[in-house]
Amino acid sequence: MNKDDVKSIVLDIIRDIAPDEDLSALKHEVRLRDQLTLDSMDFLDIVMELRKQHGIEVPEIDYPQLASLESCGEYLLPKFKAKGK
Amino acid sequence: MATLPRIVITGVGLTAPNGNTLAEFRANLLAGKARIAEIDVRHMGKHPAGVCDFDATRWQKRKEIRNGTRVGSISIYCSREAIVNSGLDWDKTDKSRVGVYLGITEHGNVETENEIWNISQFNNDTKYWTHHHNPRTVANNAAGEVTMNMGITGPHYTIGAACAAGNAGLIQAAQMLQLNEVDIALAGGVSESIHTFGIYAGFKNQGALASHVDPAKASRPFDKNRNGIVISEGGAVYVLERLDDALARGANIIAEIAGWCINSDATDAVLPNPDRQAECVRKALERAKMKPSDVHIISTHATATSMGDIQECIALRTVFADCPRTKINNTKSYIGHCMGAAGALELAGNLPSFQDGIVHPTINVDDLDPECAIPGLVINQPVSMGSVDTILNNSFGMLGINSVLIVKKYGIA
Repeated sequence: MNKDDVKSIVLDIIRDIAPDEDLSALKHEVRLRDQLTLDSMDFLDIVMELRKQHGIEVPEIDYPQLASLESCGEYLLPKFKAKGK
Repeated sequence: MATLPRIVITGVGLTAPNGNTLAEFRANLLAGKARIAEIDVRHMGKHPAGVCDFDATRWQKRKEIRNGTRVGSISIYCSREAIVNSGLDWDKTDKSRVGVYLGITEHGNVETENEIWNISQFNNDTKYWTHHHNPRTVANNAAGEVTMNMGITGPHYTIGAACAAGNAGLIQAAQMLQLNEVDIALAGGVSESIHTFGIYAGFKNQGALASHVDPAKASRPFDKNRNGIVISEGGAVYVLERLDDALARGANIIAEIAGWCINSDATDAVLPNPDRQAECVRKALERAKMKPSDVHIISTHATATSMGDIQECIALRTVFADCPRTKINNTKSYIGHCMGAAGALELAGNLPSFQDGIVHPTINVDDLDPECAIPGLVINQPVSMGSVDTILNNSFGMLGINSVLIVKKYGIA
């Protein structure tokens, strides 16, 4: 698994929780909230789906690490690898 | 006592198991077309149920649907359609003077059961319990979702009134309009109850859940072989406003609210009390300044339970003993029991009789129970009355809550 795989997983989650959004032109370095209509409940959905689907825990103090797709990839990759993925 | 403003209905939006517009619903009532499906109820297997097939995406984004509740979607669909039907210029309407008053039988069972099932997949660890639970289960959910979707900043709340709730929502709205708390009210009743197994299990263990090899024949009020309730979802929301306001904007006035009453049996949690039901009807007539014989159609509450139907018939016989012109019908035989939406939907199905003069029948009566053989009961075939001026709508619920609403054709004395 690499960073792109992690980003793809996060994108799949966003696609599910924000089904009206067009994700085709999403800029990886830009904050998700600046490109999509996502509120705090939506971010909690991302955290919950990471937990339910992949057993990944994101402590509240680390929520800012999920700001952009790129930062998601960097922050979550070690957690996925720790799971043996 | 000061004269209170007259209140009129100027819009209707609905979804019923057999229709997503009043025209479709009415056509099926006159054609005798029930629409009851068979669904898989969690833990309980297949049971008949009234399922609505409106297009929620007509008025909601997919994310709203995902994050909200089924009853929220029903409420939004009905409210939006009611506004369209009313002809109001919604963009120019002062949203701070719009109130939303929706009757519900219960709320939160569906969402709570779903989460209990969800965490059961994770060894009952509550860290998997959704953060959407509280906004989904607060008691004002149905009305609150309407305000968020439609940008309404006036008051909103639900009226918890068991299966008397549809009338109760309309009564609350009429009162708030008379008190000048709002200028426009979106009011009626809504239900998502087919999605909770708890209600099925409760009725089943009470001996009050319908079954039949043909789902469309499972709901059979007044029939000797009735065996209980078909649980259904649905909603009916009305636009209500003061008569003067409606006239000033040239609105199409569908009906005038003539009278109402809500009272309590104070006797039994589930068995209705015909004395209190009769008293409720009489008080509604008194408020409407009508005699029993002034009522042209009685829309019964009868749910097809063995005792409930008989108790209502006793009440009606008492009040309408000498009213040869009065016709009596029932709508649950087509759509099942839409719980919080029942009273509001059943009224809606009868409203077109002000134009066409026809009374839709109660269907599925193959063998009329002699104890339910009340004079004027319209069975299996529609009856033309020539003209219909008044409808009395019964809606009763558990813990002995009774609601009666009387509407009349606008323009009659």
